[in-house]
Amino acid sequence: MRSLTTLRRVLLGSATVAAVLAGALAGAAPATAASPSPSPSVTAVPTAGTTTVVQATADCAVTPRIACVRGALRDDNGNGVKGVTIRLDGASGATASAVSNAAGAFVFTVTKGGTYRITLVTSTLPKGIKPLAAASRPIPVTLGQLQPAAFALKGTFKGSQTTSGPSTSELHLVLDQISGGLLLGLLLALASIGLSLIYGTTGLSNFAHGEQVTLGGLLAWLFAVVLGWNFLLACVVTVLLCAASGYLQDRFIWGPLRRRHLGLTQLMVVTIGLSLALEYVFQYFAGAQVHPVTTSIQINTGPLDLTPNAYLAMLISIVVLVAVGLLLQRTRIGRATRAVSDNRPLAAASGIDVDRIIRLVWTVSMGLSGLAGILYALVYGGINWSTGQAVLLLLFAATTLGGLGTAFGALIGSLIIGLVVQVSSLFLSGDMRYATALIILILVLLVRPQGILGRRERVG
Amino acid sequence: MDFLVGLFTDFGQQILSSVTAAFAIAAIGLNVHFGYTGLVNIGQAGFMLIGAYGLAITVEVGGGFWLGVLIGLVGAALFALVLGLPTLKLRGDYLAIVTIAASEIVRVIGDNQSLSQWTGGAAGIAGRVYQGAFTALSPFPANQQFQVGPYTYPLTEGDSWFLRIVCWVVLAIVAVIVLLLMRSPWGRAIRGIREDEDAMRSLGKNVYLYKLQALMLGGVIGAIGGMLYVLSANVLADSLGRTTTFLLYTCLLLGGAATVFGPVLGSALYFIVIIGLNDVVAQFVPPQIMNEQQIPQFGWIVVGVGLMLLVIFRPQGILGNKKELAFGD
Repeated sequence: MRSLTTLRRVLLGSATVAAVLAGALAGAAPATAASPSPSPSVTAVPTAGTTTVVQATADCAVTPRIACVRGALRDDNGNGVKGVTIRLDGASGATASAVSNAAGAFVFTVTKGGTYRITLVTSTLPKGIKPLAAASRPIPVTLGQLQPAAFALKGTFKGSQTTSGPSTSELHLVLDQISGGLLLGLLLALASIGLSLIYGTTGLSNFAHGEQVTLGGLLAWLFAVVLGWNFLLACVVTVLLCAASGYLQDRFIWGPLRRRHLGLTQLMVVTIGLSLALEYVFQYFAGAQVHPVTTSIQINTGPLDLTPNAYLAMLISIVVLVAVGLLLQRTRIGRATRAVSDNRPLAAASGIDVDRIIRLVWTVSMGLSGLAGILYALVYGGINWSTGQAVLLLLFAATTLGGLGTAFGALIGSLIIGLVVQVSSLFLSGDMRYATALIILILVLLVRPQGILGRRERVG
Repeated sequence: MDFLVGLFTDFGQQILSSVTAAFAIAAIGLNVHFGYTGLVNIGQAGFMLIGAYGLAITVEVGGGFWLGVLIGLVGAALFALVLGLPTLKLRGDYLAIVTIAASEIVRVIGDNQSLSQWTGGAAGIAGRVYQGAFTALSPFPANQQFQVGPYTYPLTEGDSWFLRIVCWVVLAIVAVIVLLLMRSPWGRAIRGIREDEDAMRSLGKNVYLYKLQALMLGGVIGAIGGMLYVLSANVLADSLGRTTTFLLYTCLLLGGAATVFGPVLGSALYFIVIIGLNDVVAQFVPPQIMNEQQIPQFGWIVVGVGLMLLVIFRPQGILGNKKELAFGD
């Protein structure tokens, strides 16, 4: 019986991926693809004024003039709690009530910013469930932003299905982390291949690489959310712009500095300065808040803790990574790139235009990092100016583990780091899981400093 | 005219402050790494944070001021040992990667709620918890203001004259120690390592050991800077993140790496530029173009771009000697 249920969920999940892909190919923003969960039932209470400021809606799309407040109610088994009333009150008497759907989700669309009070109507909670904290609290609502509003609950309702005994639910948890780790690993791989190739062809550790990831996410936010473009178009333009930023960087900064024979240590400090400047340029123009790249809300589908967007992101990453791999293995230019990465003077002596290859590497790497940024924002709910900082450390851990300068090493390293970081979140709270990446980094340097695929003579 | 008087009063106040001295000390530590030994440590803020936590937590649990200082210094030395052992035999990049990662980890652990009974989590440790142990050492009378020129501060409490005097005396001591060390055979050896590691190895020097000693010395000096910094502030993990390290690099390269007074001059100049920028923008630039929140952000952009330009066009800074800074490439 249980296996049948699982099978159904798997089928549902893959059907959703197909639906998302069909939607994406048809040119619609993937996030608007229908989710299989039923819509929340809506009871909008009209407000005193002529225009409705707060409304309970089935779905909500963030635009510069609209804010979304959303949350989900789950019991101890992780099942959605249905039929609970949640009220959102504004300062000027604006109010609306939403009733949670079968997945426990509720959504409000708000058209005026300010501080609101969100209230869980405890009398509508099913028997056996109690709120863990205060049932009412003020929340800030800013137009153009998504405001999460969860209520922690305790207990289970009657008929709440346990996934089964504790052992299976632990297994489920581990599977969730593994799939999440795979996702993180694939996203990291997109960015770390570029980092590794730049290191291989120029010897430079680019400390501004994380900011290129941020750039991708923020540009996608600008086009898709602020300007309201079609999502796919926004993605394509973003990746092209990021690639162009790589080309221009090499044309105007790194190329001339190579010709001036600036030392690698100095170059590294230049990338540090660039990273700092870019971070605060982002903050100057985009502020410090987290910006989403899509405007609608998704609910997990399939047996795993993954949204349709996450499946889509994995698929795109795999396609792009395979394409890059084929490019490196099968084409002339790919072979030339690997030759330069292997031994620059020898490649130059055998007639390869090293400068052209390096420019190409910068261009492609930055395009890939931009794509990684878009997908990161798509999967993890948004991106802000400092996302690149956190990602950079994982990227360095991944490239070092795989072997600095090797593209395929970066891929393997990224998958391992993604898995380890995600699985360690079972034991470590919050950002502490990043510490595991550092421990791996130090162990690798102690035991095998050249990394998994690196060669010994690379290390001085 | 009033504007200029105000501006220069602000300059003086900032230069005298304990924060300038604390950053100058941390920059001297970084100078031992980067300027003299050629080690790229991008985690100096982590050393500062370890010093600060060591002092604050020890005082908080009743260990007393001097034990706190000792624990902070030993903690920084051990941190340097852990980071240096696996990386110093490898290319310079590895040290850079490991130090930036480790300093971020220290920050993240400090921020983490699960250790908040000691570190205070993201809220940090309030200054009043541990600063009392320091002000108790003051020879000056309590609860008295003292005026010198346009500047009036308390003699003993908080952001006081006592703190200022201590900071600048410690700065002078650290600078003299570094000056003497660099003139000693040990200093010549580490500068030799910066110039040509293989040559030093062929002279029979244990390059690895020298680098490790330099990393520990600079880290301990960084921890002193961190302790002095939090004596006028709270211990907040986020206030000593990697931007602090980048800032220290800018200060160091501005004043002149591999010089004793370069870091001090650089730190003072940095604060003058930031205060000047703040005052000028607030006075002359309309808020539609740059609002109050954006002024510090603009300041950081200036620091980042300034760092790039310095390295490219004047790597020796103001006081440095270009011949001495080949950066071993």
